[in-house]
Order: sequence, then C-alpha cells, then structure tokens
Amino acid sequence: MTLRILTPGPLSLLQDLGRYGHQSIGVSTGGPMDEHAFLWANRLLSNECNATQIEVTMGQFSCEFYAKTTIAITGADMGAKLNDQAITPWQSYLVKQGDRLTLSTAKSGMRSYLAVKGGFQVPTPLNSSATVMRDALGGLQGSGSKLEARDLVRYSVGKPELVKRVPPHFIPSYDQTVTLEVIPSYQYQDFTVEQRERFFSSTYTVTPKMDRMGCRLAGEPISCQRKTLVSEGIALGAIQIPADGQPIILLRDRQTIGGYPKIGCVTSKGLSQLAQCLPGAKIQFVEKDLYQAEADRAIEQQFFQSYVGKANHSKIEVEESS
Amino acid sequence: MKISAVNENSVIIYFSDVVTPETAGEIASAVPVIQSQLKEHVVDIIPSYTSILVSFDLVSIGLREFTQRLQHTLSRAKKISRKLEAKTIELPVYYGEEVALDADEICEHTGLTFEEVINIHASTTYRVYAIGFAPGFAYLGNTDSRIEIPRKQTPRLKVPAGSLAIADRQTAIYPKQSPGGWQIIGRTPVSLIDFERENLTVFEMGAQVTFTRIDKATFLKMGGVLLPEALSEQREVA
Repeated sequence: MTLRILTPGPLSLLQDLGRYGHQSIGVSTGGPMDEHAFLWANRLLSNECNATQIEVTMGQFSCEFYAKTTIAITGADMGAKLNDQAITPWQSYLVKQGDRLTLSTAKSGMRSYLAVKGGFQVPTPLNSSATVMRDALGGLQGSGSKLEARDLVRYSVGKPELVKRVPPHFIPSYDQTVTLEVIPSYQYQDFTVEQRERFFSSTYTVTPKMDRMGCRLAGEPISCQRKTLVSEGIALGAIQIPADGQPIILLRDRQTIGGYPKIGCVTSKGLSQLAQCLPGAKIQFVEKDLYQAEADRAIEQQFFQSYVGKANHSKIEVEESS
Repeated sequence: MKISAVNENSVIIYFSDVVTPETAGEIASAVPVIQSQLKEHVVDIIPSYTSILVSFDLVSIGLREFTQRLQHTLSRAKKISRKLEAKTIELPVYYGEEVALDADEICEHTGLTFEEVINIHASTTYRVYAIGFAPGFAYLGNTDSRIEIPRKQTPRLKVPAGSLAIADRQTAIYPKQSPGGWQIIGRTPVSLIDFERENLTVFEMGAQVTFTRIDKATFLKMGGVLLPEALSEQREVA
C-alpha cells in the first residue's frame, strides 16, 4: 500500500534517525533536523524510534493515502488539512483510502514530520533510510533523491491506533528568538576569556546560508588564538569558528572531518530548536554543564525508547494489493 | 594521549599534535580495538590524522564510565600497535594529458617537467592519514616537497570520478564526481567506493598506498573513462 506524493514542496525527505557506523569512511549520518518532533511523531503511533518518516521543509506538501492507516504530524504548524478539514499537529489521525493531506505554509517554524503507523517502507542502504543528497544515499530509491510529485511511498496497513495527542507541556513554541545550550568542548580553551564572553553575550542572526549541513550565523566575530588545527572528527552540533569569526553550527548532513577551531557543541535539545529557525532568527548561546546535558539527553532517550512495543502488541497486517 | 568529551555522547581521543606515520599507525591499530572491545556501546567512530572521535549509546552507558572504559582499552591497544603490519594498496594510474587536468599549473608552480612530477609522485609510498570530505575520500601523505602546491584558488564545480590530485603535501583520489579544489594529475580506472560492496572503500586508516603508472590502453581496458564531455564543461568553468 502506498502514499502518493502530489506536491513535494521545496524539500521533503525520507528520514530515520540516521546512518551510523560509516563516518569512518566519510559517510554523513543524516537524520531528522528536529529530533524532538520526529521522536514524538513515532511515539504517537507506538512506532520504533527509528521508523522512517517524511520531513517536510517549508511546506507546500500534499499527498494521498491509498490505504487506511494512522498518521501523526508533529513539528511546525503548516496549516495541515485532511480532506479540506483543518487539523492540528502534535496529534495522530486515522486516514482512509483516498484521503488527502495538504500542508501549506508554516505559521511558525519550518519543518514538519509526517509519520505513518509502522513507518514508511523504503530501502536502507548502509542500514538507514536517511536521505543525504550529497552522499547519494537514502530516500525512496536509496540513492539520495528528495521526494518528487507522483512518487509512491510504501507503508503497511495496520489496525487503527487510538488517536493520541502530545501533552501540551512537550510542544515547543518555535520562537524565532532562541537561547541554545552549548557544551564547552573541543578548542574552547584556545579562545580567550574575552572571546568566550563575547560569544556568550552576543546575539547572532541566522543567515540564508543554512541547510541540512550547517547553519551560518552573522554577528560579533569571534577569534581563536589557535590558527592551525589538524582536521578532526566533527560531532553533531559542533560550532566552528572560521577565519571570518562568524560561527557555523554543524548539523545532520555535516562533513565527517574538518579543520576549523570549534568552541563547543550545541546540545541535541538546542539543535531541535535551531531546526525550526528561519533566516533572520535571533540566536543567543548559554553555557551548559556537560554532565547536566548528558543527563538530560539520557532521560529523553530512555523516555522515547521505553514505550516501544509495550503500548501495542497488535500485529501489522501487510496488504500487497493497492 | 588525552580523552575529552565533545558533546553528550561523543568523546575525542587525541594521540598527538603532529601528523606522523607513527601516529597514523597508532590510530589505525586503536580503531579495531575500540570497535571490538566496546562494540555494545559504540555508535560511530571517526579516525583522523591525530585523533579519533567516538560516539556512543547513552542508553547503555554514561559518559564517565565510557571514558574510563576507553582509557583502559587504549592502554592495552598501545602494545598492539607495535605489531601492526600495514596493508599495502597498489593503485594503477593513468597520468595522460586527457586526465591530468592541472599538468600545466603544476609544472609552472614546481618548475619541473610533467614527466619529473609523475616520476616523483609515482615513486613515493603514502599513508592513509584520514578519510572524509566525501565517502571514500582518503587523505594520503606525505608527497615529496618538490611537488608541493597549494589548492586551486577557485575550486572546480565538477572533478571527474577517479581523479588523482595533489594539494599541499597530500594526495588523494576523488571517489565520485564532486566539486573540488585540488590539482589534478591523473586518473585511476579502479572504482573506489561501492555501497554494495562489503568493505565499501578500498582505503583504510594507516594503510600504505602506492601508485603504478599505466598507459592509456591499459587504463581503457581496465574500465577507465576519459570523459571528454566533462572536460569541456570544466574548461568553461575555468
């Protein structure tokens, strides 16, 4: 059974949590830009955390379901409509054969997640469906293409799920003025106290030069005492300071190694916030204790992994006809 | 050796501040040890010139404990590194004018004839110091100082797959067509990356690499492509 893409919008990508274990040969991880929204969409459907979803960037997306299932939408509110009826994100919905979902433009934020019960069934080159266009890996054919009009994406037909809603406490507001938590690490010690203070007390602006690889900011330039650095592995959220002093936050599709000094890493919570920021958004940084960040992250991961398989043991019926 | 956390679930191990064949050997021997001893926790591992970045699964282990386990594991790995026998990879290269796109620039910069450049390049044994930039792109060093040359001021938008290039004291092959700013001196007919293949890329960290000069007929027989249409596109870019 399939989902038919009617309009893909500027960028709609199939994503799971990412492609791991191959960064040693230069393969990027990919994965959802807003992991918080992604994990909630799967949780609403009692899916595995890693189940494949569609990440819709900037809206203008529509699709038709060729079989009944339960879907969930999280992330930015793009004025979603199911058969011309307005629906709200952070909730699951039952859909029937022939139902149409449309997302127009985001009221705030820029990325939405569409999940189906059981996840989309697509190839998993190097064990992941995550689409990384630059590496030509993942997506519908496994070769890194974004979704196009008339694409057919398979899913299994499941028993209807209870319709669920995310508790309001967990739904972010997607403000365009955010404070991102930063773990001081990498070459932090090579920045003078003055430069660090400047970094943590300035307001930066998200520039249009932002994509899934990195987010370039504009504002007070920061300089590093260390001018040469041997290329080294780049962790998710690393904040690079190139020669012009304008920070670049490295995201899901980042290159695996690089030689610019890094002042630290944005926490995973901060990266989900940043994923919803449009060019022009105002960014401030705040230092975060490493072990506090680790504890927050561990609690969140345990929360999302703990329910898998417990909430619903019903068998998934696979229907081959369409 | 120094281990530092970089984010919630990643640590970086620094082995040295300088790039040497010994450091490359030490890193190459540490990678499989970390992978086998800590495999239930390790999510990904990125070796580079002087360091290894390791990310781990926070649900199975905490940051402090993982760092301690890593420290313990690596203290044993040092003993192993002395025994390491580096794998040698021999790659055929066609240095002909159709594929050595930057021959003129290289000769002008070095003051050597292209024949001399080829002889120097093909008579050096290189080490895999890092793999990155793109899947299967291996940084090989060091080149002879006589053929040292900076990257191009304006990178090419399309470097043909298999292009062998030099920059600074390094040499590398572009596994797939991609943008790139290194100076191109030849092309290999060997396919360097294949996601269907078990070991994905022919390179591994610390391995020794040598280049064997082949003629045009051999290059073509081995499946090499001269790509005249890509060449003409590049002339437009330049």
